[in-house]
Amino acid sequence: MAMNRVFIIDGARTPFLRARGAPGPFSAADLAVACARPLLARQPFAPADLDEVIVGCVIPAPDEANIARIIALRLGCGKHVPAFTVQRNCASGLQALASAAERIALGQSQLVLAGGTEVMSRAPVQWNAAMSRWLGNMIKARGIGARLQTLARFRPAFLKPVYSLLLGLTDPLVNLSMGQTAEVLAHRFSIGREAMDAYALESHRRLAAAYDAGHMTAEVEPLYDAQGQHYREDTGLRRDTDLNQLSKLPPVFDRDYGLVTSGNSSQITDGAAMLLLASEEAVARYRLKVAGEWLGHEWAGVDPSQMGLGPVHACARLYRRFNLTHRDMQQMELNEAFAAQVLACQAAWDSADYARTELKLDSAPGRVDPARLNPEGGAVALGHPVGASGARLVLHLLRALQRKGGGQGVATLCIGGGQGGAMLLKTGNGI
Amino acid sequence: MNDTATTARYRHWRLETADTVAVLTLDVAEQSANVLSRDVLAELEQIVAELAPQYLKGLILRSAKPAGFVAGADVREFERIVEAAGAAELARTGQRVLAGLAALPFPSVALIHGYCLGGGLELALACTYRVARDDAGTRLGLPEVRLGIHPGFAGTLRLPALIGDLPALDLMLSGRTVDARAARRFGLVDEIAPERHLLRAAQALLRRRPPRQRAPWHRQVAGLRWLRPLTARLVRARLVAKVDPRHYPAPHRLLDLWKERASAEREAQSLGELLVSPVSRHLVQLFLESEALKRGARQLPHGIEWIHVIGAGTMGADIAILAAQRGFRVSLQDRHPEVLARAVKRAHEHFRRHYKIPRAAQEALDRLMPDLGGNGIGRADLVIEAIVEDLDAKRALFRELESRLKPTALLATNTSSIPLEDLAAALAEPARLVGLHFFNPVAKMQLIEIVRGGATGELALSRARAFAIALDRLPLDVASRPGFLVNRVLMPYLLEAVRALAEGIPAEVIDNAARDFGMPIGPVELADTVGLDICLAVGERLAPVLKIEVPSILHTYVEHKRLGKKTGRGFYDYDARGRARRSLAARRPPDPQLAERLILRLLNEAMACLREGVVRDPAAVDLGLVYGAGFAPFRGGPMSHARALGEEAMHHGLYRMASQYGAGFAPDPGWAQSGLWKAKPD
Repeated sequence: MAMNRVFIIDGARTPFLRARGAPGPFSAADLAVACARPLLARQPFAPADLDEVIVGCVIPAPDEANIARIIALRLGCGKHVPAFTVQRNCASGLQALASAAERIALGQSQLVLAGGTEVMSRAPVQWNAAMSRWLGNMIKARGIGARLQTLARFRPAFLKPVYSLLLGLTDPLVNLSMGQTAEVLAHRFSIGREAMDAYALESHRRLAAAYDAGHMTAEVEPLYDAQGQHYREDTGLRRDTDLNQLSKLPPVFDRDYGLVTSGNSSQITDGAAMLLLASEEAVARYRLKVAGEWLGHEWAGVDPSQMGLGPVHACARLYRRFNLTHRDMQQMELNEAFAAQVLACQAAWDSADYARTELKLDSAPGRVDPARLNPEGGAVALGHPVGASGARLVLHLLRALQRKGGGQGVATLCIGGGQGGAMLLKTGNGI
Repeated sequence: MNDTATTARYRHWRLETADTVAVLTLDVAEQSANVLSRDVLAELEQIVAELAPQYLKGLILRSAKPAGFVAGADVREFERIVEAAGAAELARTGQRVLAGLAALPFPSVALIHGYCLGGGLELALACTYRVARDDAGTRLGLPEVRLGIHPGFAGTLRLPALIGDLPALDLMLSGRTVDARAARRFGLVDEIAPERHLLRAAQALLRRRPPRQRAPWHRQVAGLRWLRPLTARLVRARLVAKVDPRHYPAPHRLLDLWKERASAEREAQSLGELLVSPVSRHLVQLFLESEALKRGARQLPHGIEWIHVIGAGTMGADIAILAAQRGFRVSLQDRHPEVLARAVKRAHEHFRRHYKIPRAAQEALDRLMPDLGGNGIGRADLVIEAIVEDLDAKRALFRELESRLKPTALLATNTSSIPLEDLAAALAEPARLVGLHFFNPVAKMQLIEIVRGGATGELALSRARAFAIALDRLPLDVASRPGFLVNRVLMPYLLEAVRALAEGIPAEVIDNAARDFGMPIGPVELADTVGLDICLAVGERLAPVLKIEVPSILHTYVEHKRLGKKTGRGFYDYDARGRARRSLAARRPPDPQLAERLILRLLNEAMACLREGVVRDPAAVDLGLVYGAGFAPFRGGPMSHARALGEEAMHHGLYRMASQYGAGFAPDPGWAQSGLWKAKPD
C-alpha cells in the first residue's frame, strides 16, 4: 500500500518549569494552549481547518478528562475539530506525533496538531481506598444511629494520602521506582557516580550555551503567569552548578548505597510542546513551508526493571527497517531520564555481548558520537514533563537539524514499564 | 376541558390559549426590542378585559424578541410630552392597565429573558409570579433615575412590598441592574431556569399556585411606620454624598415618596413634573442622540475577528482586554516581555473581577494572546497601534508593518495628538489608516473618537465605527485636528484652572466650583490624575495651534517631579491609598464666578471646534464631552448648556471674562452664527 508522505510544518514549546514542591502556576491545558496559540497564529490557515488534535498526557488533572479536546476548544479550533488524548507513559508526546503521522500516512487526516503536555507539579493527591470506602458508607448511612456507627469506624490511617505522581513513577509489576531502574543499569554496566555527574554537568553546560547563542528562540515561546511573571528559559537550568556541588547531593532512590541523585536525574517539571503535521495535499493547499519530514518510528519492549535501555532496542528496529547506522544520523536526541540511563545505552551499543544476546546482531553497533548526542543538553538540565518530552525531542531535533543545514536524525526515549520509542526525521534539501 | 387553541390578533401582542392557560406574547411591531408605548398599553388593556371573564388556570406573559422581555417605556414618546399633566396622565394609564392585570381572577407569570427594565419590570411586578432565564444576558432593574425620572407604573409601591424596603430603594435609587441569580436572591423573581425549562417552570407555578412572594419580616423592618423617617434620613445622607439633589432631583424625590408612603397617584404626579424638567430633557436627549449615533454606525459590518494591538502599556493592554472581553481574538505585542507580563496580570485581574464564572474568565484570557514575536500581525483584521507618542517611532512601525498586513486589514492609531496625515505619509495604502482614540480608563470611558485623516477611506471609517459599537462604545466622528474634540476642549479648561491656581486660588476652591457646576471631578484633581507631565506635553503640543499659553507653574511642577497622583504629589498631596489631602479651603462655599470662568473657557473652545468642523453638529460636541470627559450630563453637554444660557448671556459672559482673563475668552465667531449651534439636531 502506498503511504502518503508526512511533513512537519512548525512547532513550539513552553519553557519547562521546575516543580518547587507546590502546584505550579499553569494547568496542563494552559501550557499546551500557551505554546500552540502563537504556533497557530503564524499559520496561513485557521485553527478550525485542522483535521484533528492529538495530545499526550500521563496525569491530566481530574477536570481535564480528554485534555486534547479541552485544548482544541480553548485554542479556538471550534466544535467541529475532533481530538483525542494518548498515553504511553514517558513517550506520550511521541505517541501523539506517531498517531498523527500514521493517520496522515494512511490518508485519514491532512492537517493535525499534535504534541504533549504535563504538569507534574499538580499531580493529584488522592484519598486511599479505605478512606473512599468509608466516605461511601458515610454518604449511604441513613439516620443518626447509622451515621454514628460509621463515624466510629473511622481510623487515622484513612488519612494517609496517595501521591499519584509517585505511583506513576513506580513500575507496578517489578515494584521499582524509575530511579531504581537506573540504579540497576548503573550496576549492570558499571557506571560510576563521577561519570553520571560529569554527564549531568555537560547537559547543563550545553543547554546554557544553546540559550546564550539564541538557538532556543526557534522553539521556545515565552510564558506569562497571572502574577505578572514571565518565563523565557527552562527554570531547571543551572548555569552555576559544578562537579563539586553535584558530587555532594545524596542519592534519592536507593538512599543508602545508591548513585542516582536529583542532580544526575531528569527534573520533575511542567511543560508542553506542540507540533503541526501535514500531508502533501495540505502543504499544497495552504502553501505551507515545510520544516521536516517524518520518515517513520518504531516501538520496542524491554525488561521493565531495565526500562532505560528502551532506546537501544527501538533504534535497532528503526535502523534495521531503514538500513541505517548511527553514522547516518546528523544528530540524536535521546531523552535523559537519568544520566546513568543514557550512559547505559551508550555502553549497550558498545557491547558485543549485548548486541549478540539482546539485539540479535553479529557485532556491536558502537556508541553514538557524544558530540552528536543531545548537543544542546537534555532532560537532566531542562526537565522531563513526562507527557511532553517526546514532542520536545522531535521539535528540538527538527530545529537543530534545520539550523545545522539539514540531514537525518532520530529522537528516542525510554518508557516507564519497559519500552522504547524512536522516530526518524529528515530536514533540508530533498523534501 | 378546553384544549382548542384560540388565537386572537393584535398589532403588538399574540394571544394563544391551550388547556385553559393563556400565553400572551409581546412582539412590538417594527421594533427590535419591546417597549411599552401608548399603543402597546392600550392593547394590553383590551386583552386583559377580554381575558378577565374567561375560565382560565392562568396567564403566561412573555416576549418574542430575542433581545429581551421589555426594555422599558418608549423614551421617544417622552420628547412629545410638553406638560407635566400629560406625563402624569401617561403614568396613570400605565398604572390602570397594570392594576387590571394584577386584578385578574387567575394567577399570571412573567417569563423573563434578556432585558427587563423600567416599565418592563413594573409590568412583570404586576404579575403574580416571575420566572427569569438563568444566563448572563438576563438583566432586571429600574434604571429610570438615569433619565432623570423615577418609576411611574406603581413600581415604587410594588417593589418594596416584594423584596423589602432597603433592597428596593437600593435598586431604584442607583438604577443598577441585576442578573437572574441576584434577582432570585432578592426575591425579585420566584424562580430561575435555563431556557430549556423556562416554560415548564412557569406552567408548574400555575399548577402549584404557591403563595405570592412577599418580603420577609426582617426586610420590612426598615419601612415600619415609626422607623421610616429614620431610615429615610440615613439613606438620604448616603444619597447626598453621591448625587447632588440640585443636579439630579429624581432619586431624592423617589426617597420622599417612599418616606411619605405616597400613593400611586402621587407617584404619577411626581413623575409628570420630573419628566418635563430640564434635567430629564437633557438626559433623554443625550440618550436618544447616542442611540441615533449607534444606529448610524451599525450600517456596515466591521468584518473583524482578530485584533492585533501593538504597545502593551496601560492603554494598549486595556484596549486588548476590552476587545477580548467583547469576544474578539486579540494578540498583544510589545518589545518587552516584562511589559507583556504586566498586561497579562492586568487581564487576569480584570477578567476575574468581571466574570463570576472561572470558565468565562478563562475563555476571555484564551482569546488574548501575549505576542512578543508579532505572530498575530498577519492574522489580524485590525491592527491598533498604541506605542509612545513619537512620530518617527510610529512611522517606522507602520513602514515595517504594512507589508505584513492582510490585504483587507484595517490599520488604526490610538494617537491623541499626532495628525493622521503625518502618519499616513509612511504608508503605501493610506486609505486604510483611521484613528481610534480611546480614553483612559478604557474599561470605563464610553467614547471612542473615530478620527478621519485626509486620506482615510469611507470603508475604513464605517468599519471602525462598527468596531466601536461591537466594543459597546460610542463612536464619535472627528476630524484630524490637533487634540481632536475632547482633549482640545478639555485642555484650555484645565489650563485655565492651573492659571487660577497660579493666581493663588486654592486647588480645593477651584475643584469645588467645578464640581458644584456638575463636573464629576475638579480640573485640578483631573490634571493630577492624568499626570502633570502628560498635561504639559499635550498642552505644549496644542498651545501654538490654539494660541494659548501654558502657565509656567506647570513647568515648575514637572521639573520638580511633582507629576500628580502617580508620584504621590502634584497640585495635591496624596495619601497611601491615592486620595487627595484637602485643606480647610475645601469647606468654603463654592464660588459660582470661578465656575463660570472655567466653564465659559470650555464652551468657547467647544464652539471653536464646532465652527471649524472638528465634529458635525452640536449634538456631537455634547456627546463627546459628556461621554469622553464627564461634562455634567444633566446639563446635556456644552452646547445644550450654552443654549440654556442664551446667546446674549454667552456674549456678555465671554466679553466680561475676556477683559479680565485674556484672549482665550474672546467670543468665538461661531457664537454669532446662531444656525450653527441653536438649531436642534434632526
